[in-house]
Amino acid sequence: MRESSSQLAGLRKRIARLAANGGFESRRADGWLASGHASFDAAIGGGLMIGRTHEFFAADALDATSAAAFAALIALRTPGKAPLIWLRTSDAGKRTGHIYAPGIAELGGDPDRLLLVETTDPKMLLACANDAIRCAGSAAVIVESWGKFPLLDLTAGRRLALGARDAGTILLMLRLNAAPAPSVAETRWSVAAAASHALEANAPGAPAFDLELLRWRGGAAPARWRLDWNHDEKAFGPNADEAALSGALLPLPARRAMASHGAAAA
Amino acid sequence: MRLASVDAAALAVGLRVGMPLADARAQIGELTVVPHDPVLDQDWLDRLAQGCARYSPLVSLDAPDGLILDIAGAEHLYGGEAELVRDAERRLARLGMTLRHALGPTADAARALARYQTRPAPDEGQAIRRLPVAALELEAEATTALVRAGLKTIGDLASRPMANIAARFGADAAMALRRLLGDAPSPLAPRIALPPVVAERRFAEPLGSTAHATKVLAELTGEAIEELGERGKGGRHFRATFFRSDGLARSIAIETGHPTRDTGLVMRLFAERMDSLADPLDPGFGFDMIRLAVPRLERLTATQLKLEGGAVRTANEGAAMDELADRLTTRLGRGRVRRLRPADTHIPEQAQLELPAADAPLPLAWPAPEEGEPPTRPFHLFDPPQPIEVIAEVPDGPPHHFRWRRATHAIRRYEGPERIAAEWWRRRDNGGLTRDYYRVEDAQGRRFWLFRHGLYDEKPDPRWYIHGVFA
Repeated sequence: MRESSSQLAGLRKRIARLAANGGFESRRADGWLASGHASFDAAIGGGLMIGRTHEFFAADALDATSAAAFAALIALRTPGKAPLIWLRTSDAGKRTGHIYAPGIAELGGDPDRLLLVETTDPKMLLACANDAIRCAGSAAVIVESWGKFPLLDLTAGRRLALGARDAGTILLMLRLNAAPAPSVAETRWSVAAAASHALEANAPGAPAFDLELLRWRGGAAPARWRLDWNHDEKAFGPNADEAALSGALLPLPARRAMASHGAAAA
Repeated sequence: MRLASVDAAALAVGLRVGMPLADARAQIGELTVVPHDPVLDQDWLDRLAQGCARYSPLVSLDAPDGLILDIAGAEHLYGGEAELVRDAERRLARLGMTLRHALGPTADAARALARYQTRPAPDEGQAIRRLPVAALELEAEATTALVRAGLKTIGDLASRPMANIAARFGADAAMALRRLLGDAPSPLAPRIALPPVVAERRFAEPLGSTAHATKVLAELTGEAIEELGERGKGGRHFRATFFRSDGLARSIAIETGHPTRDTGLVMRLFAERMDSLADPLDPGFGFDMIRLAVPRLERLTATQLKLEGGAVRTANEGAAMDELADRLTTRLGRGRVRRLRPADTHIPEQAQLELPAADAPLPLAWPAPEEGEPPTRPFHLFDPPQPIEVIAEVPDGPPHHFRWRRATHAIRRYEGPERIAAEWWRRRDNGGLTRDYYRVEDAQGRRFWLFRHGLYDEKPDPRWYIHGVFA
């Protein structure tokens, strides 16, 4: 009995050694892109692991902006000036719209960090993504594609993943108008817009996201969250409406809260 | 339609420039007519000028069909003026071009001799004096006036006092005459500004393989970069020109976002550029000269490595990022790798500039978000805005629901209007329609940015557009 357990331990050690040399999942992460929402980050082991690929599927073609904004915001949350490399094909501006820097600035991101790369076709997109992912020093590399992406097969995906692992960069694949398919991604998400918490006079409030974790290599899936983006704290937070339902305090921004107190007093 | 140009065979049978095409067709049954394309002509002249850089770095275009070369101090490389001209004639003959040339003490004199000389003369001075007054290229009236006054040649004119000519035929005539006689300077406007750092290699036997040419280019890059290092500069723009033995030349240029003195980096960019060429570098009968020029220099002081060896990590990563941007720029083109910069206007589609990363635009401050307010500008912007169909409860009120891309969106929440007027101070007609922007959220929770183009008192039935999508 004792002998067999030590044998087992030896085998385990050997597998671990093999995996450390050849396998790419077992390597320790260099860090995480955290959302700032404690329970969300905890549920996926600290955030989006750096050195890995993460896929964001827009739940619907109309949710493209939500998926893009979520990927951009979680990358631009990181302190410092590390650039965010955003690769898209040149027809993306017509389909989903041009990336609009004043809007990013109003979300609390720094548009100076954006390096926009437009390629003519998906093939070039993949080639440039391979170059970008192998270049250390970026906050993240976002690769935006529309529709089916037949060039991104398991081999191409694994090449990208290995590049990200070796350079310690993080690849966020933005898959718009596409159906989730097997891949080597560490996490796979479906992102949709969620109704915002209404402000005074029924005005739309802070950006709200409906996130569904479709797959996570490290643990259980699926799971679902509704997150609000707070641009003052540069963090995702719990959805204001859900928080209200569960009886928690509304995380209303200070000025608006004061105004409503004033109104109540009057 | 008239003939713009005729070849030697056509001249021989009596066709002339300016003749109506119908007349020419009537005269010659089997006439080959090609439509005149001035742009292509210009392009060809430009390519010839590029090839003439082998004789002199100062080449100026004399449109539509001339080139002026400043060969002062360069002719001995070919064994004298006559040999140089013969070499040019030989090379152009291989391209099927006939050459009419003249050598002169000034650019204007050489040009006039090449274009107007009809009779031989013992020397240049005499030849200029024997030119017709048309060589001054004055206006037709002035030329006629000169001829009527009995002044048929430049020599006739030069024998009169300059003040009289200026008074009678205008200051332009006097100036043109003085330039022709070499009394006034006639500066050349060279086609290419002289690049500050140049390295070149000539070959006794033409190089037949591109791989070999690339190797030579790497050596030249090393030489140029050594010179850059001595000057304390780095290159931002490198241009390699491959001169083929049949007279054509091909230029390949790369750019870097920051000054560099890294031979490896420059060669990687050149390799990238050559790989992405639509028509690959063709040695033809071989390259007989390769030149590397660095037209754009910037200050680049030597950087010190850490004492233990190895550069500082952060600087290193910055350099890696710059190199990536350069590589992608070289592969995709300048306009495809961009950075975003704010522009000082409130017209939404003009508020951001997408500048090439290769220009390394300076970072400018973006407006800070207002605390506690949701964003008022979208994440994605449509440019141009896309037309939508909107039903509003009251004509100039907020939209109730709208139809976009074949789907109807019922509006649950809205804020607005945010009124953005046209920039009337930039328009001559003080016009432009005012836009009323609404931030709206539909039943699925998607947030859009819609506007009505025009107020009801500006326009009877203003259209609605979607301009962006919020996160």
